[in-house]
Amino acid sequence: MKLMKTLLTAAALAAMLGGSAYAKTLVYCSEASPANFDPGTTTGGNDYDAGSRTVYNRLVEFKHGSTEVEPGLADSWEISPDGLTYTFHLHPGVKFQTTDYFTPTRDLNADDVIFSFMRQQDDKSPWFTYLPNLSYDYYVGMDMPKYTKEWKKIDDLTVQLTLTEPNAPMLANMAMDFASIMSKEYADKLAASGNMADLASKPVGTGPFTFVDYQLDSTIRYKANPDYFKGKEKIDDLIFQITPDATTRLQKVQSGECDVMAYPNPADVPAIKADTNLNVFSQAGLNVAYMSYNTTQPPFDKPEVRHALNAAIDKDALIKAIFQDAGAIPADNLIPPTMWSWNKDVKSDAYDPDGAKKVLAANNVTKIDLWASDISRPYNPNFQRAAELIQADWAKVGVTANIITEEWTKYRADGKAKDRPGAFQIGWSGDNGDPDNFFATLFSCSAIGVSNYSSWCNKDFENDIQKAKTTSDVAERTKYYEDAQVIFAKDAPAFLFDHSQVYVVTDKKVSGFVQDPLGMHRFDGVDVTE
Amino acid sequence: MLRFLFNKIALIVPTLIGITICAFGFVRLLPGDPILALAGEHGVTPERYEALKVQFGFDRPIWDQYFAYVGGLLHGDFGTSIETHRPVIQIFMTLFPATLELSICAVIFAIVLGIPAGMFAATRRGTAVDQGLMGTALVGYSMPIFWWGLLLIIFFSGYLHWTPVSGRIDVRYFFKPVTGFMLIDSLLSGQKGAFQSVVSHLILPTIVLGTVPLAVIARQTRSAMLEVLSEDYVRTARAKGLRDARVIGIHALRNALIPVVTTIGLQVGALLAGAILTETIFAWPGVGKWLVDGIFKRDYVVVQSGLLLIALLVMAVNLIVDVLYAVINPRIRVQ
Repeated sequence: MKLMKTLLTAAALAAMLGGSAYAKTLVYCSEASPANFDPGTTTGGNDYDAGSRTVYNRLVEFKHGSTEVEPGLADSWEISPDGLTYTFHLHPGVKFQTTDYFTPTRDLNADDVIFSFMRQQDDKSPWFTYLPNLSYDYYVGMDMPKYTKEWKKIDDLTVQLTLTEPNAPMLANMAMDFASIMSKEYADKLAASGNMADLASKPVGTGPFTFVDYQLDSTIRYKANPDYFKGKEKIDDLIFQITPDATTRLQKVQSGECDVMAYPNPADVPAIKADTNLNVFSQAGLNVAYMSYNTTQPPFDKPEVRHALNAAIDKDALIKAIFQDAGAIPADNLIPPTMWSWNKDVKSDAYDPDGAKKVLAANNVTKIDLWASDISRPYNPNFQRAAELIQADWAKVGVTANIITEEWTKYRADGKAKDRPGAFQIGWSGDNGDPDNFFATLFSCSAIGVSNYSSWCNKDFENDIQKAKTTSDVAERTKYYEDAQVIFAKDAPAFLFDHSQVYVVTDKKVSGFVQDPLGMHRFDGVDVTE
Repeated sequence: MLRFLFNKIALIVPTLIGITICAFGFVRLLPGDPILALAGEHGVTPERYEALKVQFGFDRPIWDQYFAYVGGLLHGDFGTSIETHRPVIQIFMTLFPATLELSICAVIFAIVLGIPAGMFAATRRGTAVDQGLMGTALVGYSMPIFWWGLLLIIFFSGYLHWTPVSGRIDVRYFFKPVTGFMLIDSLLSGQKGAFQSVVSHLILPTIVLGTVPLAVIARQTRSAMLEVLSEDYVRTARAKGLRDARVIGIHALRNALIPVVTTIGLQVGALLAGAILTETIFAWPGVGKWLVDGIFKRDYVVVQSGLLLIALLVMAVNLIVDVLYAVINPRIRVQ
């Protein structure tokens, strides 16, 4: 017996040592701790990096490095001609992850899909309130409760969504993190044992990595899912090391403690590019910074005044001062050039201080409130500095700008008031790569008082974006959006500032990393040379 | 002594009530609100905003919210984080050992270097050594923690590669925390090299967090020592022919330590303030960073209960210092 015990121990040790000798580990220095691991309940990019893209899959996925939608857990789908019914055909034999705390007894089926959405839709479901003070903000934010009529199981591998009205961006919504597919079997087990809160701290999905452990505010560990339906990942272990300070993150990647780092300081980028051990990925982010004029309030109710104020700003100098050499491109349209339907023929107002001065003088515009928050955003790292530069440009054309600075949440609350005076700096980072996510979210008539900071309601523009919503024909939708951009440029409800570059730094030994236009950090397909 | 203790503890009660009012009121006085912070850039419709206000209980009168909060506290319920939906006390207990471990190391570092430096300077009053030491202490005291931390990281970790950049242990080591104190847990894990890794990760944050207390202790020791050295009993001891080391080390130091102990106690509050920055720079998973995150996200529950828990600890440390003080100096008890 004793000999048997010794032999078993030796075998176990050998297995462990052998495992560690060949284990490929990738360490990612992330910028913040995830709020939890249930992507339905969270809203931050860092939450999704940790709790969604690693552990879960969705019915459809964003193609790696693009905003195009490709098959995910659904191999194929049909959309009815009236745009009201979506039928998804699930990939057969998809296994949920086996962890220390759960062993699945069945493969993915339609029940899992229905559970994943209905827990967010049905306020009678115990999962609707399974955490204290829970709210499914993204599900609500994307208007899912309004559009969802019914989820129906056709058979184990076929599931059907019926909408209340056509909504073309719905397919892209299905690729978003809140639409991650969870295991109903696991949820039922948690409900039966009274441990429902574990759904948010001990995730079980079908994704490329299996959750192992989270040490609060410090380290998250995953291992490659051996049963992953797209094949096991090349790395064995994935570790998120939470490192909030950007300078510290850079030092860690330079000293080899991390293999990939998120969000370097733009000012450090030239030095990082000079480091021969590092790769720098950069991409025009799916974002826009702009300054909304309240079109219901004088003097902004006149389009010629808005155009003149735009023309008074030296946009190139402004971008150079705010982003240094780290890069951002001037925005001509509300959507960035990387997004489909971007209208290349539309140009924003050219810098013309002399012409602007005349128009502004003729309209007696001498004083303007100019809003700035104290926060740094990817699309505008320094609202305050931008405000000062715009103030200086406007002073040259005889307009005195009074800068109003407020804390971020109060800033947005005050900014969306329908009678807010002045020009309001704001911006947007896209959720799902669909133009509707920019046009309708930011400038539809129904967004006034919510996220339409210009209180701008233009019938023709509204007509275009609503029609684009009701058809799933991309060519047709493109035409509507191209026209919407022409109307936007003509009416100028806002000064369009920039689309900023987003950076990711990796060690040279990392291969297969693809930068994501939606700002996610994905590690499926990544390899590391030991 | 018991009466002394009772008096001290009785004083804690009104202080605690005051702190609950301050912590509760302070976070609500901040501009912005948690619902908008949670909603992100999407914003919320006015209807949804009102619904969430009711769900979170923010629609109730402010005094009603306060009494509900205090009522919860009396039942041991510190509330649930608005952002993470986890009980605040559970998060605090998970994170606090990291802060405590770092703070203890920083205090030890400050005492071990600060007291000898102060003594050394006092015994060489007016010399270049004295001026050099006290000048250095002043620089240490004035140094911005954020700048000092990054400077040390860039030099020792980035340039010399002597120390790791941040974190509590090399990610290659993995074991479940038992006590939460990494020095102990690494030993318990039995993994070779884990303890050394923890020590190497502690060096820079300890220096950064310990710098200000070190400077304060050194300066305090020096001035207390100078005062004591001019006392009659020290002169008598010297006249008796005792060696200088014995006079300073035994007779003078013991009396000089009384104000130094108080200073160390007072530094606990300063340490927690310093921990906020140190933890952010060194990615140290402690309560300081957590509290600041709570403030930025307007997580009322985290801020009000986190502040209360920290205030409780500072009061506990001050109580211990008062007791120690009474032990060292019996006159205090009589007063």
